[in-house]
Amino acid sequence: MNQHVTPRLNRRSFVIGTAALGGGLALGLDLPFGGPQVVRAADGSPEVNAWVVIRPDDTVVIRIARSEMGQGSLTGLAQLVAEELACDWSKVTTEYPTPGQNVARKRVWGDFSTGGSRGIRASQDYVRKGGAAARMMLIQAAADEWKVPAAECTAANSVITHKASGKTTTYGKVAEAAAKLSPPADVKLKDPKDWTLIGKGVKRLDTADKVTGAMIYGADIKLPGMLNAAIKDCPVTGGKLKSYDEAKIAGMKGVKKVVAVDGTAVAVVADTWWHAKTALDALPIVWDEGPNAKVSSASIGKWLAEGLDSGPAFVGNENGDAKAALAGAVKKVEAVYNYPYQNHATMEPMNATALYTADRCEVWCGTQNGEAAFAAVLEASGLPADKCEVHKLILGGGFGRRGQTDYVRQAVQIAKAMPGTPVKLLWSREEDMTHGRYHPITQCKLTGGFDADNNLTALHMRISGQSILFSLRPDALVNGKDPATFQGLAPSGEATIGYSVPNLLIEHAMRNPHINPGFWRGVNVNQNAIYLECFMDELANAVGQDPLEFRRKLMAKNPKHLAVLDAVAEKIGWGTPAPEGVHRGLAQLHGYGSYVAGAAEISVIDGSKIKIHRIVASTDPGYVVNPAQVERQIAGSFVYGLSALFYGGCTVKDGRIEQTNFDSYNSMRIAEMPKVEAIMVPSGGFWGGVGEPTIGVAAPAVLNAFFAATGKRIRSVPLRDQNITFA
Amino acid sequence: MANLTINGKPYSLDVEPDTPLLWAIRENAGLTGTKYGCGIAQCGACTVHLDGTAVRSCGVTVSEAAGKQITTIEGLASDNGLHKVQQAWLENDVPQCGYCQSGMIMAVAALLKDNPKPSDQDINDAITNICRCGTFAQVREAIHAAANA
Repeated sequence: MNQHVTPRLNRRSFVIGTAALGGGLALGLDLPFGGPQVVRAADGSPEVNAWVVIRPDDTVVIRIARSEMGQGSLTGLAQLVAEELACDWSKVTTEYPTPGQNVARKRVWGDFSTGGSRGIRASQDYVRKGGAAARMMLIQAAADEWKVPAAECTAANSVITHKASGKTTTYGKVAEAAAKLSPPADVKLKDPKDWTLIGKGVKRLDTADKVTGAMIYGADIKLPGMLNAAIKDCPVTGGKLKSYDEAKIAGMKGVKKVVAVDGTAVAVVADTWWHAKTALDALPIVWDEGPNAKVSSASIGKWLAEGLDSGPAFVGNENGDAKAALAGAVKKVEAVYNYPYQNHATMEPMNATALYTADRCEVWCGTQNGEAAFAAVLEASGLPADKCEVHKLILGGGFGRRGQTDYVRQAVQIAKAMPGTPVKLLWSREEDMTHGRYHPITQCKLTGGFDADNNLTALHMRISGQSILFSLRPDALVNGKDPATFQGLAPSGEATIGYSVPNLLIEHAMRNPHINPGFWRGVNVNQNAIYLECFMDELANAVGQDPLEFRRKLMAKNPKHLAVLDAVAEKIGWGTPAPEGVHRGLAQLHGYGSYVAGAAEISVIDGSKIKIHRIVASTDPGYVVNPAQVERQIAGSFVYGLSALFYGGCTVKDGRIEQTNFDSYNSMRIAEMPKVEAIMVPSGGFWGGVGEPTIGVAAPAVLNAFFAATGKRIRSVPLRDQNITFA
Repeated sequence: MANLTINGKPYSLDVEPDTPLLWAIRENAGLTGTKYGCGIAQCGACTVHLDGTAVRSCGVTVSEAAGKQITTIEGLASDNGLHKVQQAWLENDVPQCGYCQSGMIMAVAALLKDNPKPSDQDINDAITNICRCGTFAQVREAIHAAANA
């Protein structure tokens, strides 16, 4: 099965990327946090510090390092800064610093990477300190002007007041002086109980242009003299571009150039994208499909199934002796589940615009990781950091896909073939669907054992299948093991199992097919929560116990897991009669540092048509910065997760992904989606993410309700393959 | 060449007659508010109005659109301000990533023209645009808000 173990690992890209990001290429411009020298924004307004620019008209410009892709972090991060800055929220606007500026300023804005539901939780401490430091400097500047102690001055709503003298001034009037001050050494943050802006569901800051069509996404960029490129990469990963017959499209309208990219792809550059795509579709291309051309879903499935029972496996969580306990169990339950490849299917297909000259390369694109995109520009252009730049744009969806930089690298290579001419590379939907970084494929065998009193004494989970880190971040493997595979099942950390079982073994037989895996919203909680939470229902059913009560007995040592589960159970009316023909299911998990649970009420018509009546979801992310946006992330997680459950699943035939567009990879519509009743129960003391964890409970809650309704246990995703769909 | 009327303005565009209207709007007329999502009339991101009716512009050729009034998201507002659907979208904070929302707003504007007070079932039947962020609850609320505006 050698064809299954050949990931297309771009090790060179990784090494260069790390060097670029580790500070090795940082330049001499040393402008620390604030500092005596005034740093100015593009319009000449003074930076109080790297996070805060204040214009003379009192406009507050808050710098946002993380990317906005719909999840609302841009607004939430601004709230965090503004809370400590004590500024007038109505005067707040935001801007992205560029990755090139971040390198030049020794990463003063920290990490740009926007994934893993980390946007808020991994930045909250330093951005709040940025806001607090700026406030202290603004107050100090006013106090200096008034020749009074700063401690006698207060700030609120961008106004500084010295109560004793009755003097007031505004941030805009003292910003210039504040920018000349040294930053304070000791910055204290507000006690959460004193927050006035954090915790408020203020409206997003990026909406106005999204309702008029004025928002410029990467696909919308226009530059003077710009040309457009369409691309086809070898449909079989691991294959190569053998040849193409350029003469056949030579006379086609608008065509300027045909460019081979990376030895695996070919791009047509034309005046318009429509001309480029039309010519590309007419271009005869011969592929060398390489060693993976015979791989199919069936061959992958067989290989993974073998891993359920044989071969080596990494241990992710173990206590007691599960195998011995199972051997001695009075009653055993066994089941095999599987979860398929999934495409991110962002609404905006991958794209990037590049302008390359002999001594400079600039790229405009939506990216979840500006610094990784920057590293890709350096590598593809061959130019040093001070000659490159990436201009980040709002993303038309990310979900993990735009953390990868394949499309950036391609755009730069095409632009390199046309120095001085900006070229916009836009993938067709078909290219996007067939060259994803797919949710990894796995299977899982679960075995549970009971004693004579129907106590669960042993649980063995053996996962067989693909590792994301093996392909994308081999540096993060631990002696070959991919710890992320055990997301939601780990003994400790930010994604732990919520059940205490006396004898537990969770292991992973790593088998890596050639299809490129990626971080797909929710990542490994998607399948792990189905495996564990559906099997928990199976175990409860095997001993005739209520699924909630069965879980509760195993959760005594995990009160936060239990609290969110209890919250959804209470809200959905668990234990009380459901309406006629309506059945309930529930699920819980811990992921991305947050505790989440979901419950669904469904009815099933003719055994195969599902109507979802209610969804209740609870989350404990520690702190809620913007409840309106958290509510949207919870609801959106259900749309994304249930779309994958009902309609998703990417299959492999002749080495390539078969689904090419939304007709074969469908997505839920408004008619299929009930309102999600969101419960936020932030318990404080920790910061969890919200963009992803809830997706994990979406599918098992519905699948458990389906079992309650029909007595039929679904162990394979998607439902489309079993002729189950929405009513 | 194609002579099109977009948002009340005449455009003489250097395009072949079988060019999808979407690309003539985006690339030749330069109006990028109308989005490309699938190219096969599945997702609705490219929805515009042809003589007041919502159509998926990737599935209409410029020759089919010639002589008709084409309205894009850029032409929805009037001198009196935003269209009531856009206003409701703002007030209900509907967009997440926003990429599908031009098409969603155009589909809703056409629905409300024909059916000023749609029921939830009417909305389910008429609004079939894909939103991968899943902001459907806000879309529904904003449609009702616009209908009552």
